[in-house]
Amino acid sequence: MPNNSVPFEPVDGQAVSDALQKTMQNRIVILDGAMGTMIQKHKFEEEDYRGERFKDWHVLIKGNNDLLSLTQPEVIRQIHREYLEAGADIIETNTFNATTISMEDYDMASLSREINFESAKLAREVCDEFTAKDPSKPRYVGGVLGPTSKTCSISPDVNDPGYRNVTFDALVEAYIESTLALIEGGAHLILIETIFDTLNAKAAAYGVEEAFEQAGIRLPVMISGTITDASGRTLSGQTTEAFYNSIRHIKPISIGLNCALGPDLLRPYVEELSRVCETFTSVHPNAGLPNEFGEYDLEADEMSVEIVDWGKEGFINIVGGCCGTTPEHIKAFADKLAEVKPRPLPDLEVRMRLSGLEACNLN
Amino acid sequence: MTQSTAIFTNVGERTNVTGSARFKRLILEEDYETALEVAREQVEGGAQVIDINMDEAMLDSKMAMVKFLNLIASEPEISKVPIMVDSSKWDVIVAGLKCIQGKAIVNSISLKEGREPFVKQAKVLKRFGAAVVVMAFDEVGQAETADRKYEICERSYKILVDELGFPPEDIIFDPNIFAVATGIEEHDNYAVEFIEGTRRIKQNLPHCKVSGGVSNVSFSFRGNNPVREAIHSVFLYHAIKAGMDMGIVNASQLAVYDDIPLELRNAVEDVILNTDSGAGERLVEIAPKYSGMAQAEKKEDLEWRTWPVTKRLEHALVKGITEYIEEDTEECRVSFDKPIQVIEGPLMDGMNVVGDLFGAGKMFLPQVVKSARVMKRAVAYLDPFIEAEKEEGASNGKIIMATVKGDVHDIGKNIVGVVLQCNNYEVVDLGVMVPAEKILQTAIDENADAIGLSGLITPSLDEMVHVAKEMTRRGFEIPLLIGGATTSKAHTAVKIEPQYDKGVIYVNNASRAVGVVSSLLSATQKPVFLEKTANEYVKVREQQARKKPRSKPVTLARARDNAAKLDWDNYTPPKPKKLGITEFKDVSIQTLRKYIDWTPYFMTWSLAGKYPRILEDEIVGEEAKKLFADANAMLDELERSGSLQPLGVIGLFPANRVEDDIEIYKDESRSEVLLRSCQLRQQTEKPDFPNYCLADYIAPKGVEDYFGAFAVTGGLEEDDLADAFDAQQDDYNKIMVKAVADRLAEAFAEYLHEQVRKEYWGFAADEALSNEELIRENYQGIRPAPGYPACPEHTEKRKIWELLDVESRIGMKLTSSYAMWPGAAVSGWYFSHPDSKYFAVATIQKDQVEDYATRSNMSLEEAERWLSPNLGYDV
Repeated sequence: MPNNSVPFEPVDGQAVSDALQKTMQNRIVILDGAMGTMIQKHKFEEEDYRGERFKDWHVLIKGNNDLLSLTQPEVIRQIHREYLEAGADIIETNTFNATTISMEDYDMASLSREINFESAKLAREVCDEFTAKDPSKPRYVGGVLGPTSKTCSISPDVNDPGYRNVTFDALVEAYIESTLALIEGGAHLILIETIFDTLNAKAAAYGVEEAFEQAGIRLPVMISGTITDASGRTLSGQTTEAFYNSIRHIKPISIGLNCALGPDLLRPYVEELSRVCETFTSVHPNAGLPNEFGEYDLEADEMSVEIVDWGKEGFINIVGGCCGTTPEHIKAFADKLAEVKPRPLPDLEVRMRLSGLEACNLN
Repeated sequence: MTQSTAIFTNVGERTNVTGSARFKRLILEEDYETALEVAREQVEGGAQVIDINMDEAMLDSKMAMVKFLNLIASEPEISKVPIMVDSSKWDVIVAGLKCIQGKAIVNSISLKEGREPFVKQAKVLKRFGAAVVVMAFDEVGQAETADRKYEICERSYKILVDELGFPPEDIIFDPNIFAVATGIEEHDNYAVEFIEGTRRIKQNLPHCKVSGGVSNVSFSFRGNNPVREAIHSVFLYHAIKAGMDMGIVNASQLAVYDDIPLELRNAVEDVILNTDSGAGERLVEIAPKYSGMAQAEKKEDLEWRTWPVTKRLEHALVKGITEYIEEDTEECRVSFDKPIQVIEGPLMDGMNVVGDLFGAGKMFLPQVVKSARVMKRAVAYLDPFIEAEKEEGASNGKIIMATVKGDVHDIGKNIVGVVLQCNNYEVVDLGVMVPAEKILQTAIDENADAIGLSGLITPSLDEMVHVAKEMTRRGFEIPLLIGGATTSKAHTAVKIEPQYDKGVIYVNNASRAVGVVSSLLSATQKPVFLEKTANEYVKVREQQARKKPRSKPVTLARARDNAAKLDWDNYTPPKPKKLGITEFKDVSIQTLRKYIDWTPYFMTWSLAGKYPRILEDEIVGEEAKKLFADANAMLDELERSGSLQPLGVIGLFPANRVEDDIEIYKDESRSEVLLRSCQLRQQTEKPDFPNYCLADYIAPKGVEDYFGAFAVTGGLEEDDLADAFDAQQDDYNKIMVKAVADRLAEAFAEYLHEQVRKEYWGFAADEALSNEELIRENYQGIRPAPGYPACPEHTEKRKIWELLDVESRIGMKLTSSYAMWPGAAVSGWYFSHPDSKYFAVATIQKDQVEDYATRSNMSLEEAERWLSPNLGYDV
């Protein structure tokens, strides 16, 4: 790694958690929008991805967006800046696919640590600039742990349903490495997101716990699952409440839903989550479903109508955007939600809340 | 006892090698498939949690646990419930937890080995988020008395909750159930100790639960199941009252408390509550008397055959069983005065049950179609008798249905027809390619109550507008229903409804048809329904009018300036290995079925979900599996009999781009133009992307490039096969054979495209893609079809027909609207360039339409008619 020195004071996770919780009692907190589709607009070609450092890399790396934190850092910084200008309280690091497991697709597993570290660091630098300008609105870096390209509870081979292409232990190891690097790079929170297989998320949470113990630091954790289609289930088949029951032991600061659907189709599940969830809720939907070109075209004004309605219904505490959303979307959310009251935390009965694919709440 | 069991959680125990000899044998023999059946039966039998235990000396317990849990994860019917990982080996428990995405229960940990390992294990479980069973066991031993039970549980609770922060609601205590009436005096009070211990645990340790292995208590009566069941029931009756919330118990082996003979119940009660020292002996004495008490016989599969005939008819209709229908119908017929009463009475009653179940989402379309098949058989059987008496059946109303002129697609229409017939509407199905004149004349002759139109291709939309206009002109009063893949509420509201003011209703899927028709044919509901629909369409029209175009239109010249610019200087287009035309007349169904994309097949039957996942879908999975099996059986049969022969033809030619056209040449001299394929260009402002046009993917003159075309059908015999099923009143197979032929045509197109890429054109000789990758189009080059978004104008198909001489080579035809016959057909163009991709031309402007008309030798009006779905301006 070119930069071994730890650039920031260790983050006081408890202080971050307290401050965020306090803010969330007063207003809806704004998360940033899409990274991938913002990068797409630059129409980078193979050589842009490679930069000077990887010009001779032995496999094609176009599409390895997380690598751009190393080869095009200014572009990533600029995207962060645009979201912060739009009013985001929390920005997400460019590390969605930066675990060793996902980086294997480019034969870059060995760069995982560096990419996580540098991505967190550059996000943190931009964040600190904005916090310095207006200390009354502190900005936070959410260190992103993506789902990886493999699934721990689904067989990739239809003829062999008992087969798995990744183990829980391998996922835990990958997540420990990513988390340690994100902590070192200055992330204020850890965001486990776009969970389509809850077992992957449990491995992530397991790894995060381990990393916290190793680093001697405990950061607030945000968790966000993905309902993959209108059946209302995750890819691995769980309902929203079953998903919630499976991960509430992690005691995250927020539990939410993101990606896959636009706000219209996501609404019933946001509502369900809001009803069953004892902690704060987050949502960052896509800008609609992709059109025939794979582009997302739900515009800021249109999308914010639904988002603001969620706010008014008291469904959400944190909101942002996933695929296809832009700083315009985030600005629209921030502006229109400024005066909207956040969701109050419900007082839930103490019950044994088990789950298979469905929730099973005893008594 | 029913009330208290409502709060009692039943843990299934059959997937436990220590408790079930059968399960143990299955696992030892590695018959995991049957072992999964055991798990499934338990869940179906009401287990709310399933206990899984692989502790067997002859077994690699860890491996077996992991394998079984991974398999369960692929079985939604099983994995919908939480899992209890049961092992005395810690490493088996941890390995199990690593396979479970839900929140599981671990069975069990205890203070048996002391405090330290207990704490260590609890910490790990907390990190996994598992709930835990804690045995009342400590360094001294297992707790037998109520005092010891409570003492150990309290100590465990304090360590877990107060020291480790373990959630108290995730703790389940198992205070040990031991056998009673063993003849040993010290055992007599075991049930009482358990019940008392439970009471104290529940009173003093908030939020925790109490569980136990119930069958232990009756151990001394093994071999006498009726008595054992009575003991379980009585024991639970008292333990639940004391606060026991869960139990590992075989739900099918529990007697109903109130059903236990009084003498036995009293004797058992005395044993459980240990009322006096003679209680055990008394029970032992009377027990043999009850040992023969037969359990209710398991229901035979054919038990329904013993039911009254009307119930049998209902059962046959709901389950879609044709086997006995004629026999039962005959039995019914002789018992009624008139044969028509059989239809109006029991058969319609049965179909009403089907209708209700379907309406409530408890039956799915394929099942309803099978029900209709049974109904049709019954009606066909009764027909001669009815005919003899010259009587008309009383139907709910008569509907004329037709696929409009120029269109041959009728799968959806047939399904709607069946659903309506199931609900006792008389359906006059005019078939496909029906001219407006014939539809309207039939409606008059038959005195119909409504007309339903269907169509799949875009030109059919205009034909529907035409039918609506004609209905107005001829003074019709009956409502018009619109359905089919390209129809939409917007099109109906904007284009069709304004042409006819007596009711035009868009029906978006088959399941809605009955509701719409019944509203329309009810004198009271009709005006309300029509007014509501009309108002809705006014709104849709207003929305459409307000809808600003998403992107601004640009002139054709500007769009051309922003064309996709491929780098022809540094790219040599691949030359086909075999130029000219090739016929494919003997490709077997066996070859093609590997290429089938099954997902659309399920959509045809209104089952939503991706193949293969849909087969495991919790709601429609079972039906999907049956449908899938039936389709494969049909493919087997077609393959065996050779009654359907897929046919195809391809052609590859030298070609160059000229502006937005593609010139196709006779030979490499590129001097004689065979014909020009005219393409359309996207015409909205696109700051980030080019304005695509298919012609851009072909090199301009000066670079030697090539272009291809293809046409395939599932087989010319499709309609005849469907008609044969129709003649047997077998709608299910009539729809099935068309749906299967459709899949074969698509599979053929996929197969030929692969052949072209790998051999005939040969630019991707090394390609090795799975069918899934083929479906996702992970290959080089595209095969857009005229009439679809990248080249939406249908008359281009005529050029394919001319170029490849399609009709005389393989017998496929084009209708007046350029629909292909047979319906199971695909045709299109081949592009080889690696950058070529699918796009939608979408909205175009008048300058391009004028230009296109000139290029295609059409009048402007003609071009506007063919391009009407794409016009960005009002004509």
